[in-house]
Amino acid sequence: MSTRVPVKIEANPWADLRRFTDARIALGRVGASLPTEEVLKFGLAHAMARDAVHAALDPAALTSALAPLGLPCLEVHSQAPDRPSYLLRPDLGRMLHPDAATGLRARNSTCDIAIVLADGLSAVATQAHAAPLLSALLPLCHPAWTLAPLLIARQARVALGDDIGEALHARLVLVLIGERPGLSSPDSLGAYLTFNPRRGRNDAERNCVSNIRPAGLSYAEAARKISWLMGEALSRQLTGVELKDDSDVPALPGAANSGLNLA
Amino acid sequence: MAYQHTINGNTWRFPDLKTLLAKASPARSGDYLAGVGAGSAVERMAARLALAEVTLAEIFANPLIPYETDEVTRLICDRHPAAAFAEIAGLSVGDFRNWLLLETTTEETLSRIAPAVTPEIAAAVSKLMRNQDLVLVSRKARVSSAFRTTLGLPGRMAVRLQPNHGTDDARGILASIIDGLMYGCGDAVIGINPAGDSLPVLDRLWRMVDDVISRFGVPTQSCVLTHVSSQIKAIELGAPVDLVFQSVAGTEAANHSFGINLAMLREARDAALSLKRGTLGDNVMYFETGQGSALSANAHHGLDQQTCEARAYAVAREFKPLLVNTVVGFIGPEYLYDGKQIIRAGLEDHFCGKLMGVPLGVDVCYTNHAEADQDDMDNLLTLLAAAGVTYIMGIPGADDIMLNYQSTSFHDALYLREAFGLRHAPEFEDWLTRMRLINPAGRLRSPDAADPLLRALTDMTQAA
Repeated sequence: MSTRVPVKIEANPWADLRRFTDARIALGRVGASLPTEEVLKFGLAHAMARDAVHAALDPAALTSALAPLGLPCLEVHSQAPDRPSYLLRPDLGRMLHPDAATGLRARNSTCDIAIVLADGLSAVATQAHAAPLLSALLPLCHPAWTLAPLLIARQARVALGDDIGEALHARLVLVLIGERPGLSSPDSLGAYLTFNPRRGRNDAERNCVSNIRPAGLSYAEAARKISWLMGEALSRQLTGVELKDDSDVPALPGAANSGLNLA
Repeated sequence: MAYQHTINGNTWRFPDLKTLLAKASPARSGDYLAGVGAGSAVERMAARLALAEVTLAEIFANPLIPYETDEVTRLICDRHPAAAFAEIAGLSVGDFRNWLLLETTTEETLSRIAPAVTPEIAAAVSKLMRNQDLVLVSRKARVSSAFRTTLGLPGRMAVRLQPNHGTDDARGILASIIDGLMYGCGDAVIGINPAGDSLPVLDRLWRMVDDVISRFGVPTQSCVLTHVSSQIKAIELGAPVDLVFQSVAGTEAANHSFGINLAMLREARDAALSLKRGTLGDNVMYFETGQGSALSANAHHGLDQQTCEARAYAVAREFKPLLVNTVVGFIGPEYLYDGKQIIRAGLEDHFCGKLMGVPLGVDVCYTNHAEADQDDMDNLLTLLAAAGVTYIMGIPGADDIMLNYQSTSFHDALYLREAFGLRHAPEFEDWLTRMRLINPAGRLRSPDAADPLLRALTDMTQAA
């Protein structure tokens, strides 16, 4: 049996700065290169992100997780038949499958808000965070707001909410969607609000609250921001660059103009 | 004008130049998303065979997007130097490739004709070139620029230090800046992509990096990569702005979708120049580009994405930038599907930029929904170093925690320096030597915990 002989790794004496950032600082080196341990850590993080992209949403499990909220759930599908087409053809992920569209229109309903739970680029995020976020959000909604059934949407891009909202005659659509997985955040959820959803709405006409996950923006904080934006959107009848997220500065008149809106 | 080529009795027809260019382009998902890519491998070769016969004069005479409706086309036409063009105008695209590869076509030759190379000419010839051709010609197309460091010199490569943080936290950003400086990175720029767009927050970032640069005498420049209109405003309010950044694209409509036009870029450049903050040169602009941006704004006018991208370099060239980089794999697999497509696009972009006289760097990167990994990035990095790339990105561990993509790391820069003997920008190299961060051979030293620079920077971080 041979004895294990460690190789000296050049450590970086500023590792304590890691308390200020999640960035991969002070990794040390062997010659010009990363130590084996760091190469493997990176490889694992990438593997988790890759698997998150390709994981399928489990509507049955999501429906059970949502059951305590007491809202009916409906399943819908975009025109992208599978993951490869979804990745190569974003346009298909933005359009509701004709069967689903017919089904929603046949309900012949109107509502203030339609909430869509979409897989996006990380079904893992939606699976894990949509239900707890809604548990925090629904109690903050105004009692007078009417809600459509919860829509569980597969192979969906953000703009699929426009088709859904239009078919349900919703005044406002909220899309909770798995964001593009980062290396350190394979399960980040985004929330997109669009007033008067119609096919052809562009991103400048939406508001977004992103990085919702326990290690990022907490459910409670995200719910507070989203409910504030929903209230503003319904009362001012708009979303997008004209509606800045001032949920943090309610007491400062004029603060809304301190930054510039970027389309 | 229509084009055609006959192969084994089968005649392939192309109704116009933009179709010919698109069909001649190496396969990539974005051109299929746009519906302009070749329908078969043989059609692609028929287009290349036909394109090889078209003269450069003919390409210049037939703008792909009408002069009347697009200010980028007007810029390309109005700035075109007839005298310099005379040297190459009569060449066919096929012969232009041959000519570029001749040993007698030197760095001086290329710098003489660079202003006469239109984006469409650069894109056209690139479509007939193999990856090794793109490497060899880029290598001799040297472009130098300067602000507080001199970039683009032979045998040297610079790094943009990209210390992003999810909430723009000053200490978090400083921690990454320290990591980069200790690894000998930051000679291209210390450039922060802010998560927010509130001017008071951005102002603090400008002042913080300016403080690092001036307190420790770091020969480099800073940049906060927000919208150009915010930077103009910040300059008016007295922020210490070194470089003005903007994402640019190759059509007026795509630039409109970014909320910019050429007049705004001119105004921004004038504002930055008025501060006179550069010590070695007045290249005050920093641009980012990337294949697919025009299509994603539905502003591509039926052009292929690589030709659109080359047109963005005409926009950049007008404003004498210090830095231009293509963010080659950032946009996603619907535009560049996998490692092969990203590598090819990176080499094309670098070649077209350099041939047009633009100081091109490359953000060698990918997203987690692309079919790519670190090995693909290693390949592109290595090829770009062989091609003489001006600069690359340096991000702690290659993981951008704010923008959620993988780029290149401080270690990747060390790898290229080791493998190719590439040195830092000269002024930055002197500083690293004085700070005892590199040894006389240019290799990184290992500062210990008592290192005075490290201690001072750490103290600054604690106090921020």
